[in-house]
Amino acid sequence: MSVRPTLAVWKFASCDGCQLSLLDCEDELLALAGAVQISHFPEMSSASVDGPYDLSLVEGSITTAADLARIHQVRAKSRRLVTIGACATAGGIQALRNYAVDDYPPVVYAHPEYVDSLETSTPIAAHVAVDYELQGCPIDRRQLLEVLAAELAGRRPVIAGHSVCIECKQRSTVCVLVARGTPCLGPVTRAGCGALCPSVDRGCFGCFGPADTHNTGSLSGRLLELGATRADTERFFRTFYAGAVAFEAAAESLGREEER
Amino acid sequence: MSHGRGERTISVQGLSRVEGEGSLRVEVHDGRVEDVALEIFEPPRYFEALLRGRRHSEAPEITARICGICPVAYQMSACAALEDAAGVEVGPSIRALRRLLYCGEWIQSHSLHVYLLHAPDFFGYHDAVELAEHDRGAVERGLKLKRTGNLLMETVGGRAVHPVNVRLGGFYRAPSYEAVAALTEPLSRAREAALATVVWVSGFDFPDLEGDYRFVALHDPGAYAIEGGSTILSSDGLDVSPARFEELVDEEHVMRSTALQARLRGRGHYLTGPLARYALNGAQLPAIAREAASAAGLRAVCANPFRSIVVRSVELVAACDEALRLVAEYEPPRPPAIEVGATASVGVGVTEAPRGLLLQRYEVGDDGLISRARIVPPTSQNQLSIEDDLRRTASAALAEPDAELTARCEQAIRNHDPCISCAAHFLDVTVERR
Repeated sequence: MSVRPTLAVWKFASCDGCQLSLLDCEDELLALAGAVQISHFPEMSSASVDGPYDLSLVEGSITTAADLARIHQVRAKSRRLVTIGACATAGGIQALRNYAVDDYPPVVYAHPEYVDSLETSTPIAAHVAVDYELQGCPIDRRQLLEVLAAELAGRRPVIAGHSVCIECKQRSTVCVLVARGTPCLGPVTRAGCGALCPSVDRGCFGCFGPADTHNTGSLSGRLLELGATRADTERFFRTFYAGAVAFEAAAESLGREEER
Repeated sequence: MSHGRGERTISVQGLSRVEGEGSLRVEVHDGRVEDVALEIFEPPRYFEALLRGRRHSEAPEITARICGICPVAYQMSACAALEDAAGVEVGPSIRALRRLLYCGEWIQSHSLHVYLLHAPDFFGYHDAVELAEHDRGAVERGLKLKRTGNLLMETVGGRAVHPVNVRLGGFYRAPSYEAVAALTEPLSRAREAALATVVWVSGFDFPDLEGDYRFVALHDPGAYAIEGGSTILSSDGLDVSPARFEELVDEEHVMRSTALQARLRGRGHYLTGPLARYALNGAQLPAIAREAASAAGLRAVCANPFRSIVVRSVELVAACDEALRLVAEYEPPRPPAIEVGATASVGVGVTEAPRGLLLQRYEVGDDGLISRARIVPPTSQNQLSIEDDLRRTASAALAEPDAELTARCEQAIRNHDPCISCAAHFLDVTVERR
């Protein structure tokens, strides 16, 4: 029998984009399928082998009672569990419901009573132990390959925790915030995308979540000085990483000042 | 286990090789198919609700997150709707760059579906990895095609999943002439690979089974409609503007599904996607794609859903060929975007996602904030036609043992490349006999 480590990929509330990043490793996909046994990956294969699994990749957030029960089952049969993407690590864009003033289901469904849905969208780590969190909306496929290589080698992944600003400097992109006054979340956002947005003349919108160190209060102040409204700045933090602690706190602080 | 008495329930609890979580159920009584259901239990994410109170300019970025497989379709429909609301129209150079980006998504999504999700069914394999053990050349060809689609999306959109360069009115920055010209060689190879794909899939074994579809597709008098069009056509004579079409689409919420099911008022349910586009707009395909279709044995209309893989491959040829033409004619738009104002208004946008027509409608307030949103994805429109297929396929395959019948039913669903994440994704199989 095979001694290759077993890999499982699980989906909760999400857009499929992060697991697609695995299929997007076109040059490495067949080699990967040789290095690990892909035991459960419904988007790719109709064959599924029962666990336990050496490594589970989990995409998506917890938004239903059934999924809450399922994540505990997934954890129980996974030796290592890595969450991938903004939904799994911070609740995703659908976590905006956590801050809504009114009920969402009736806006979308004629019969909300047919729908099994929790009032909140929460990250996986809010419910079970997680061994590593890979950030991004979507994740970067090179970072995903690094995490897989590290997991297979039993080492820690080498993933930077500094801000997008460093990546702009590395690729010699002129600072859009300083030079042009374009609102940019780059100073507080985790690197990893390659500073894509400033490279196309727009500000970063925070789709890799908060960097390891961040001064959101100072950045908010600068954005307001540049003429952004408090409501716009609050929305800026409340997008794809609305549920991340640092961005949630920054948005709440702006909301409180707005009321005053 | 009373197979002989004709009482059976075929149930697949988690469909595989589709995007999202769904299941299928077929009930057989007295040797007749009595009930079928494509059940969608993808957890709802409430996009229409969370868009309320957001700036109109945020809609392309936010709606992209509905689907990681076809984010450009969401971005383009959102732009079309909000530009309609503002009463502005982009010029030909921005339109051409949008079409180029959209061709990238078609190439990426179609090659994913043809090679990784659909083709294994025709060989009885579980996945493309097993297929590669028997025909590595085919799978590598598919992966290269897919990589070219992604390369195109990265060059124009900045990123393959959730591109960052799209904005209302156009693009943040037009890619350089050199960056676009560098796509010529990979796209030429991709067009050859797409032609080889048509030949490969046309040799598969197809069940002899045709659907009685009402086809619906976006139509553009000037080109095979992808990123925009003036009217929506149906195979039974509908010819209306996007705004009128939006009024005619009724959606029903049924207990078994977190997707809404769409019908056309006064007509009934319908099918969008490759079969519909090919039937209604096929004459507008580039010559190289029409020739490939004809050599593959396709007539003007293809109503065999299992052959949708051939039509999808013909569209791959078309998308590569169109992209090559657009690359050859590329002039960076200046400026890269037009202004899209925000005043109290309503707008509708329709584009052709790889798996079918995608409609969005927005109401915007004087403050520039979205007050109401409606999003009608391809799979909610196709859901009832897919159930018809499930009924026909199960009826035709009743003599088969459970395992084969189940496989055939799953294939009936995969034929339409449903994106259940979009519709509100997941396939596994249990068979019950009563």
